[in-house]
Amino acid sequence: MRHIDPGLQYIQPNGELTAEGRVVWEEIDPQLRLDFYRWMVKVRLFDRRSIVLQRQGRIGTYAPLEGQEAAQVGSALALTTLDWIFPSYREHGVAMIAGMPLDRILLYWMGRVEGNLAPEGVRLLPPAVPIATQLPHATGAAWAAKLKQEPSVSVAYFGDGATSEGDFHEALNFAGVFNLPVIFFCQNNHYAISVPFSRQSATLTVAEKAAAYAMDGIRVDGNDVLAVYDVMAQAVQRARNGGGPTLIEAVTYRRGAHTTADDPSRYRDEQEAQEWIKYRDPLDRYRKLLHAEGMLSEAEERLWEETCKQELEEAVRAAESAPAPPASHLFAHVFEELTVSQRRQLEELNRGEGNDKDE
Amino acid sequence: MSEKTLVQAINDGLRVALKNHPDVLIMGEDVGKNGGVFRATEGLWEEFGDDRVIDTPLAEAGIVGTALGMAINGLRPVAEIQFMGFIYPGFEQIVSHAARLRTRTQGAYPASIVIRAPYGGGIRAPELHCDSTESLFVHTPGLKVVVPSTPYDAKGLLLASIADPDPVIFLEPMRLYRSVRGEVPEEEYQVPIGKARMVREGEDVTILAWGAMVPVAEKAAEEWSDKGVSCEVIDLRSLYPLDEETIITSVEKTGHVVIVHEAPRTAGVGAELTALINEQAFLWLEAPITRVTGYDVPVPMFALEDDFLPNPKRVSQAIEKVISF
Repeated sequence: MRHIDPGLQYIQPNGELTAEGRVVWEEIDPQLRLDFYRWMVKVRLFDRRSIVLQRQGRIGTYAPLEGQEAAQVGSALALTTLDWIFPSYREHGVAMIAGMPLDRILLYWMGRVEGNLAPEGVRLLPPAVPIATQLPHATGAAWAAKLKQEPSVSVAYFGDGATSEGDFHEALNFAGVFNLPVIFFCQNNHYAISVPFSRQSATLTVAEKAAAYAMDGIRVDGNDVLAVYDVMAQAVQRARNGGGPTLIEAVTYRRGAHTTADDPSRYRDEQEAQEWIKYRDPLDRYRKLLHAEGMLSEAEERLWEETCKQELEEAVRAAESAPAPPASHLFAHVFEELTVSQRRQLEELNRGEGNDKDE
Repeated sequence: MSEKTLVQAINDGLRVALKNHPDVLIMGEDVGKNGGVFRATEGLWEEFGDDRVIDTPLAEAGIVGTALGMAINGLRPVAEIQFMGFIYPGFEQIVSHAARLRTRTQGAYPASIVIRAPYGGGIRAPELHCDSTESLFVHTPGLKVVVPSTPYDAKGLLLASIADPDPVIFLEPMRLYRSVRGEVPEEEYQVPIGKARMVREGEDVTILAWGAMVPVAEKAAEEWSDKGVSCEVIDLRSLYPLDEETIITSVEKTGHVVIVHEAPRTAGVGAELTALINEQAFLWLEAPITRVTGYDVPVPMFALEDDFLPNPKRVSQAIEKVISF
């Protein structure tokens, strides 16, 4: 098996806590220990169901996240409803923990703009599709929080490929210069579509880039939910207390394809993927820990999986029965008020001069 | 000759260019081992190696800017931007540098690069993957902008773009990548930039279109042909420079013009075509020029895509409007 430096690790791949991990484990709320598990299961089941829905033609191209559950769940559970989240397009786990209903996440992948809108009070922005473009927004929201003396923290989620874009550099640089309460959370899943991290960067890690912006950079085992949570909680606390930004590199692996339109066997050694699945799975190792700690029985596992599946089916039903918007919805929300040219075009459409999809 | 899809024709054009011209190279995201997300560069990395088919870091400004640097030092890079909607980080390099390097260096450095980008809608792609912002580039002096709609043209225009001494934005309609097939010669050939293609001759109405709107225009023309109205369909192929001669000659013949593009209407290329026809053939017009376009709204997510993109019905209504004026 290839050696991967996982960064900070509390739960070893065999499910045993390290000495340091034991200390953290004892300190956290037992409810949170169960929440880690429950969310990771729900996220995984959502992901698998979504892939099936795509194969059945019921949703469009979908970006799977299996393998990255611990990175998303551990980091998102360290946030509060005060905090701003600026995700990329693979953060379904983060989104649901933040309070995005499952059916709305599905609507997004059904090509529906309603899927972009988080419920009132959920400070989650739509998925950023162009790479790294959300990072400056997180910096800006954090900057506003500092200027307004609000205690909120901003988080940008992104992948290893994003570290190559200029927006990454500019966002971190501003955050460093103005000492802003922002966390840059990189899920280094080793590939930007087909391109390995060694082709993105001549540095061995993402975390070391933090030095160039005079901020803390931490490499953590992204498949270890406890370590991710702890690192994130510390970064959040530091940011809230005026300690400035942090770059976190969660080392993980995208088990499947970049999207359902991608075929990883073209560029990735199957052996490598199997090693991650077999030896470094985030859920397996956490399940082992809970079993060893006497916190989870197999019956409870099955019960929880069943509960999640029911919730998922309800979400699928809700998404599929959400009434389709009329063509005129194209013009909704472009401006606060329609412009002259838009009004004319909308009238054309309403007069029946638009497309007729039923023909 | 062999029958190819449009994306296969592009692949073939790239292969021929790499084979015949040692100064040509390909660079971009996922163009190497993966063969491109649409397989446009499939097999090229294996055939020509890592120095000529280069997987770059994920950075469009970097891709365009370094391609330009390579051109300055004598190579002929063909840069791929994965989707047109992702080109904007490279926009500064295109507009501030590629487009005007020749002018600024008084001809010393002509910036011979090709920037390829899949573009347009119609394939239920994810959000922000379906932009048609060709007019941003058409509006930038110093750039040539071409859009093939057939496999034959795709290969020939691509080879002409690579041979061209100036920067060319080469836009590939995603919707046509695999939906059109045609005969493509094996050897190197060029389709000249700046020449339109007469898709179908007609007497009554001129329809100007490009890219994925060409088959839409053809379908509407077909319908009207059954009703005794003959439409002349012109595939512009080159949005800058325009084939003014072909356009004006056709307008002088028909006196009726419909322009079809999927980009939003305001300041789309249709506006420029309308002005051109007004300036050069006003007295031949028998009806106002009519545009069938996307609306002045951000390109929608795919659930509303079919309401946004012009279809044969809308083109057909426009034909009726101009002939019954």
